[in-house]
Amino acid sequence: MPRVYMDANATTPLLPEVVEAMRPYWTEHFGNASSIHMHGQTAHRAVDHARETLATLFNCRESEVVFNSGGTEGDNTAIFGLLRAGDHLITTSIEHSAVLQAAERVAKLGVEVTFVAPRASGLIDSADIVSALTPRTRLISVMLANNETGVVQPVEAIGKIAADAGAFFHIDGVQGAGKLALDVKRFGCHLLSISAHKMHGPKGVGAMYVRRGTPVESLLVGGSHERRRRAGTENVPGIVGLGKATELAMESLANGTIDRLADLRDRLEAGVLALSGTRVNGGRAPRTANTTNIAFENVEGEALVIALDLKGVAVSGGSACHSGSTEPSHVLMAMGLDKNAARASLRFSLMKTATDADVDFALQVVPQAVERLRALSPVAAGTLG
Amino acid sequence: MSNHTTIAVAMSGGVDSSTAAAMLVHNGETVVGLTLQLWDQTRLAGKHGIPDAPKAGRCCSLDDVYDARHVAEQLGIPYYVVNQEERFEKDVVRPFVDEYLAGRTPIPCSLCNNHLKFDQLLQTARSIGADSIATGHYAVNEFDQKRGRWILKRPADTAKDQTYFLFGLTQEQLAHTLFPLGSLTKPQVREVARERGLKLAEKPDSQEICFVPGGDYKQFIAAYLEEKGEQLPETAGELVASSGEVLGRHEGIASFTVGQRKGLGVSSPSPLYVLQIDPASRKVTVGADQELATHTLRARQLNWISIPSLTAPMRVRVKIRHRHEPAWATLAPSGADEAIATFDEPQRAVTPGQAAVFYDGEEVVGGGWIV
Repeated sequence: MPRVYMDANATTPLLPEVVEAMRPYWTEHFGNASSIHMHGQTAHRAVDHARETLATLFNCRESEVVFNSGGTEGDNTAIFGLLRAGDHLITTSIEHSAVLQAAERVAKLGVEVTFVAPRASGLIDSADIVSALTPRTRLISVMLANNETGVVQPVEAIGKIAADAGAFFHIDGVQGAGKLALDVKRFGCHLLSISAHKMHGPKGVGAMYVRRGTPVESLLVGGSHERRRRAGTENVPGIVGLGKATELAMESLANGTIDRLADLRDRLEAGVLALSGTRVNGGRAPRTANTTNIAFENVEGEALVIALDLKGVAVSGGSACHSGSTEPSHVLMAMGLDKNAARASLRFSLMKTATDADVDFALQVVPQAVERLRALSPVAAGTLG
Repeated sequence: MSNHTTIAVAMSGGVDSSTAAAMLVHNGETVVGLTLQLWDQTRLAGKHGIPDAPKAGRCCSLDDVYDARHVAEQLGIPYYVVNQEERFEKDVVRPFVDEYLAGRTPIPCSLCNNHLKFDQLLQTARSIGADSIATGHYAVNEFDQKRGRWILKRPADTAKDQTYFLFGLTQEQLAHTLFPLGSLTKPQVREVARERGLKLAEKPDSQEICFVPGGDYKQFIAAYLEEKGEQLPETAGELVASSGEVLGRHEGIASFTVGQRKGLGVSSPSPLYVLQIDPASRKVTVGADQELATHTLRARQLNWISIPSLTAPMRVRVKIRHRHEPAWATLAPSGADEAIATFDEPQRAVTPGQAAVFYDGEEVVGGGWIV
C-alpha cells in the first residue's frame, strides 16, 4: 500500500545529504569539541562551521548562536532564564505547550502572565499586545508560525512594541524555520528558538539566537560550553546535521521549492474543500506554505486520523505533542471554534519533498474516508442505560 | 469466519484481550488493535488522601497502553489509542458517583460495557473501516437461525463468566461482536498466550474498579467532588432497626451498601447488616442476617437477548450480583419496561443499583437494573 506522509509539522525525515554530513561524526570524528587535541579540534571546527550556517540563517553574529536540544529547551530557556517573581510576561494562548507550560510554571512562582488571545483569523493583533503591556513587562514571547494552523504572526510589529516598551522579545521560530526567511534584525527579537527535526534535521538538537547582552540565565549548568549559555558536551553529529539541514533549508527558500510547496498545499486544500461541510481554519491569514487545517463537519477527527492512516495517509488532529489528551485543540478553541468543530479538524502539513502524486493520492483517500464517517454518524447502534 | 473483513480488537493491555487479538491474527483475520483511553489515573492525584503518584498497572495507565502497544507490535497489527475520557466521565464516572450519593450501589463495568466498550467502540471501529469488534470477555455469542436472534451464552470457564456485565448488549451490537475466548478456560488462555509468545502471559488479572485507585470508592467520590468544586451532599441521618427503633446516627448514606456489616458505628450482641437505604429520609435500616433475605425483586431498563420481549411469566435463574449463584425464580412482566422476579428461595441482599440478569440454562434471556 502506498503511504503518504502529511504530518511535517510533527517531524520530518533526515534528507540523505544530512545523514551523509553527520556520518563521520559518529565514529571517525568522535572528539569532544572542548578537547585540546586534534580529535577535539576536528569536532570543534564542525561545530563552528554549523554555527556560521546558523548565523546566516538568523542574520546574526556567530557568537549569538547557542546550540541546544531543540525547541522545548529554547522556549523554556527564554522564560525560565529571563523572568523572576514580580516580572510580567506577555505571551499568547496559541503558543506551543513548551511556552504555555513554562509560563504556567513561572506564574506559580510569582510572575504575572498575560495570555493574549488570537482573533478569529488565527492572528494575534499587535494592538492586543500593546494593551497587555505594564511597566513590569519584561518579556514578550510570541510564535513565528502556529504549528496547527500555519498562521504567521506579525512578529515585526511586536518586535517594535517590545523595543518601545523596553521589554525582551522571544520568538518560538520552530514552525517558521525552513518555511519562512528568518531575520532577527527585521523581527527585532532578543531570542529566537528553532528545532532541527522540523526541517529535515535530526531530533534532539536545536539552536537559539541570543542577542548579545541579553541576560538570559542558562537552564543547565556545568561546563563552560556555548559561552556559558548552555552547559553539556556539544552534540556534535546533531549540530552538524542541523547545520546541513539549515543549508538545505535556505536553498529551498531561495530556489522556489517552498513556493511550489504552497501550490501543492493549495491544490490539496481546494480538493478537500470540494467536499461539503468543510472549511479552512486560519485560511484568511498569511500562512506557512506547507500547512492547512481543515474542519470537517459531523466527523470525529480522531477516527478520521485513524481511518486515513489505515488507508495510507498520515495526518494529525492538532498537535502531536497533545495526542491522547481529552481537550480539543487549544489553538482552535482560542480562535473561537466550539469543541465539536475543534475535534473535527485535521492538520495536513506537507514536507518540502511532497509531490503531485502525494496530493492525488490524498485526494483519492480523504473524501472516501470522510463520506464513510458521515454515513455512520449518528450510528444505528443503540445505547442502553 | 474470515471473509476479508477487518476486526477491531479492544486491547486493554491484559492477557485476555491480548490473547483474543493473537487468536484472531493466528486465524488469518485482518485485525486492528484499539485501546480506549478512559480515565487519567493521575487526574485526582494529591486530592483527598489520594497519593501524588498513584500506583501504575491499572486500566488506562500508561503501563497498560505500553503492554497493549507491545502486543500489537509483536502481532504485527496496526494499533491506536482512542481517547474517550470525556464520554467515560459522563456515562460511567459521574453516574457512579451520583448513584452512591443516592444510596444505591452501582456497577460501573456494566455502564462502561453498554456505553463505551460496545456502543462507542463499535462506532469507532466502523468509522475507521472495520466491520466488527472483538473483546477479551469470557462469553459466547452465537446466531440462532430458528429464532433469528443473536444469543449470548455463558462461557466454557464458568468461574470467569462475564455475561453478567454484558446483559445490555443489543442485537445490533451482538451481530458485530466476537468473543474469541468463549470456548476457553483461563488456564487455556494463558497457555495460548504462552504459545503465541506473549510476554504478558503471566500478568495478573485486574480485579478492582479500574478508575478507583486502591478500591476505596468513598475516597474516590470525595476526591472527585473536590476536583469538581462540589460539596459532598449532606446525607447524614438516622440508623434505625427494622422495628423503627432509632439506634444512632450515620454520617452519610453514600458510605453504605445493602448487606454491609462493617463500619455501621453501633454495637449489638448479634451482627447487624444494612437492610435498606432510603435516600429521601436518609434513614439506613439495619437488622439481622436473616432479615436481608427477600422473595422478590423489581428490575427496570430491561434489555432482552434470547427473547424479543417478555410477554408472559417465564421460569429463569436470576443473578443479582457478580459473585452470586443464579437462583430460580419466576419472571413476570409488570408494566412498561419493568419485570418482577419471584424467587423460589429468598435471596440475600438484593441491592438497588446492581443488575439482575436472567438465565435460561446457559443462555442470557436478558436483564435490567434492580430498583
